[in-house]
Amino acid sequence: MKILYFAWIRERVGKAEEELSLPATVQTVGDLVQWLKGHGEEYAYAFDNPKVVRAAIDRVHVKPEAKLAGAREIALFPPMTGG
Amino acid sequence: MSVRITDRAFDPAAEAAALSHGRTDIGAVVAFSGICRDSEDGEKIASLTLEHYPGMAEAEIERHVQEAEQRWPLLGVRVVHRVGRIEPGETIVFVACASKHRRAAFEAAEFLMDYLKTHAPFWKKVEAAGQTSWVDAKEKDDEAAARWVRDPKRDAAE
Repeated sequence: MKILYFAWIRERVGKAEEELSLPATVQTVGDLVQWLKGHGEEYAYAFDNPKVVRAAIDRVHVKPEAKLAGAREIALFPPMTGG
Repeated sequence: MSVRITDRAFDPAAEAAALSHGRTDIGAVVAFSGICRDSEDGEKIASLTLEHYPGMAEAEIERHVQEAEQRWPLLGVRVVHRVGRIEPGETIVFVACASKHRRAAFEAAEFLMDYLKTHAPFWKKVEAAGQTSWVDAKEKDDEAAARWVRDPKRDAAE
């Protein structure tokens, strides 16, 4: 699955995007963030506080409970500060 | 509707003029410009750098423009958002709404700005005193967006 990172989450992970094979136990956005947290030091740092992580599936905002099944692209990012 | 994301400086006055150019049905244009300040909390700012999620940023703005068009009788909407490095004095975001009468134009412009701040995938990084840091999201921006959420009970009564 294609995962994108933005802003300080991107900087902490050290890459803008990657292709990951997710285990069957990772079913929701919340599961994904928890799983990534245990993926290495840089991920532990990026996802230290899962509460502030926002997500989009196929470019639409979703909540942590959202299911990943059928998604092409998942983006993880901090709260937005545009405008 | 015109939604544009650009990494170049633009002229907000020209954008506003373009919205009503050649039209005689428009009676009101409300244009808002968000400008890069030279200080934040007393600290001098050298620049802002805006990152965005290409594809989603445009789609999210267009979605909110469509919602605005459903809620208010608009005759035109124009949104321009900068990305990349921005220096103090430059316009970061421009939103203009045209309508027959002023009320719809004022309200729709404010609605769009409130949603842009909290829902459009852009992130600001500030460069000050030789260091860069990401701007924190503000709670008052969430509150500003929340006041536009429709109350189904009130809508039914109207």
